[in-house]
Amino acid sequence: MSQPVDKGIAAPTCDRSSGETELYSLMSAIRQFEQSLLAMFDKGLLVGTTHTCLGQEATAVGVLSALDLATDIVFSNHRGHGHYLAYCGQLERLYLEVMGKPGGVVGGRGGSQHLYERNFYSNGVQGGITPVTAGMALAEKMRGNNAVAVVFLGDGTLGEGAVYESMNLASLWELPVLFIIENNHYAQSTPYQLQIAGSITARPEAFGIETEEHKTTDVRVVREAATGLVDAIRKDSRPRCLVIEDYRLGPHSKGDDNREEAEIEDAWQRDPLKVLGKNLGAEIEALETATAALVESAREKALAAHVYEA
Amino acid sequence: MKPSAAKAEDRPATALFSLNQALHEMMETDERVVIIGEDILDPYGGAFKVTKGLSDRFPERVLTTPISESAIVGMASGMAMRGLRPVAEIMFGDFLALAADQLINHAAKFRWMYNEGVRVPSVIRAPVGARRGYGPTHSQSLEKHFIGVPGLMVVAPHIAGDPGALLRQATLDCEDPVVFIESKLCYGRQLVTEVAGASMELIADPAGPFPTTYLHHDEAGTSPDAILHCYGTMTPFCLEAVEKLRDDEGLFVDLAVTTQLSPVPTGHLERIFETRKPTLCVYGEEASPTGGWAAEMVARYEQLRTRAAAPAIRHERIAGDDVPIAGSRELETASLPQTDGIVGRILDCF
Repeated sequence: MSQPVDKGIAAPTCDRSSGETELYSLMSAIRQFEQSLLAMFDKGLLVGTTHTCLGQEATAVGVLSALDLATDIVFSNHRGHGHYLAYCGQLERLYLEVMGKPGGVVGGRGGSQHLYERNFYSNGVQGGITPVTAGMALAEKMRGNNAVAVVFLGDGTLGEGAVYESMNLASLWELPVLFIIENNHYAQSTPYQLQIAGSITARPEAFGIETEEHKTTDVRVVREAATGLVDAIRKDSRPRCLVIEDYRLGPHSKGDDNREEAEIEDAWQRDPLKVLGKNLGAEIEALETATAALVESAREKALAAHVYEA
Repeated sequence: MKPSAAKAEDRPATALFSLNQALHEMMETDERVVIIGEDILDPYGGAFKVTKGLSDRFPERVLTTPISESAIVGMASGMAMRGLRPVAEIMFGDFLALAADQLINHAAKFRWMYNEGVRVPSVIRAPVGARRGYGPTHSQSLEKHFIGVPGLMVVAPHIAGDPGALLRQATLDCEDPVVFIESKLCYGRQLVTEVAGASMELIADPAGPFPTTYLHHDEAGTSPDAILHCYGTMTPFCLEAVEKLRDDEGLFVDLAVTTQLSPVPTGHLERIFETRKPTLCVYGEEASPTGGWAAEMVARYEQLRTRAAAPAIRHERIAGDDVPIAGSRELETASLPQTDGIVGRILDCF
């Protein structure tokens, strides 16, 4: 099984030592990548569907920059562009994948929701990725590797029973799993208040899983929280859970949005790019311009690439 | 029918013994093999005792789980994708329904949708079938629902073959997920290695690596009176029927016992079609017939036949009734295919 060699136009990824400009640039690359997808859908240049993480970039970059990307495992979901780009930065290959072209992340077979790259996996079915991640963590532990397996769930995923089967076993068997629950307020069109009883944090805690919750779109806060939990897991091989309450600024997929405009407007005040951007001042413009050029060059190269013969 | 002898002592090997021995041998020789499932620890050793003695010998690699079939299968996939060779046990095949998402949307998809970048060498063992009085939700043969799922293999050991060898093949040689359907009825049955007056051979090819056991009578030459097809639980009934038809009625019926239900082992069928030139094909399955294994077999034969412009084949399906399986012994027996029913249906064709 030869792994595809990283190639194509890529954004630089971040780690624990990355400064604010690097963090900002990566979040901006994810944002611009996804906004361009929505624009291409509007123009009829893409088929199928996509799920953007506009407003959730801080969670993706914050968590991924806390990991050891050489060994740690990441299992993402249908809303996984941010996770993927924060993992490996491969803009061009992700464009190719969404366009269904041969050079895509998985040769166009998976599309937006089904990606694979080294230790990164994603699947578009809710919940089922949780036991698979737990199994990976178990294998790593049995083979004596000190890897942490991270699984990205959302408020919507909490409706699936497989999540709780996995939390129970991860705790019982002391598996090195970090459960990330992104509460972006919506499961497709359904606000979390209409689909979640009780408290989110009480759920992992009921299985004896130490859980931290942050209502934040500040990438620095996310990275610090994830760093602490990842280090703790690596030390005692017990699972942890990190709940991040952010907000999905974009539609569930393409144009399907019935939310109040005022609510969305209000949430834009907590846009992760704005939150970090306050610190960067005049530097932002140059960063945005450089990132825009990088993303656009990846897009143009992907657009020019050949398609499969029908 | 002559039963085969068990290794250590001179007593007949049963399907259960063969499977249990295979698990012991694999765990002894390959540290990647991990067993996961419900109630599999000693002294209990699993609901049907297939895992007996394993946890005493290999406590670190025999993992007893809560009642969480989705997690059992999901974790097996995760382990398989990270270098282990998990063998999962689903206590009753009926409970495969609880793990259907894991089998169909996860295990079966990963290799292909990740562009051949990963393999999922996992085995999901599941005891299936009726005739033990367990009623509607603990007696079913649900394997037809997993036939034709791309990326998933469905394999059924039987007493006219070597169940342990198949389990080793599924676990160590096969790089894709295998749903391994074991007949509850046959666990205690002795394995059959020869049938008096008949020849038995194995048919295998790369397209269908899990072999079909093929039994035929030399007296029939190349034109058997009928070819009977079956898998799993129906094997002992079909073996009996073949002997009865020969001894009591003078009919020479070939018997093809399939182990690989999915993907359909087309190469095996082609060989049978070309060398035995069937005119009457009979299929025995315990599951309800609609949309089932035999229906697929008929379709494949007809494809071969029409392409070869060969003479018509009469097809007869013998199966369980299209109703749930009753707890009452009498009702259960009445709804399932029996030896006499197979014999009667074949006689009706002459």
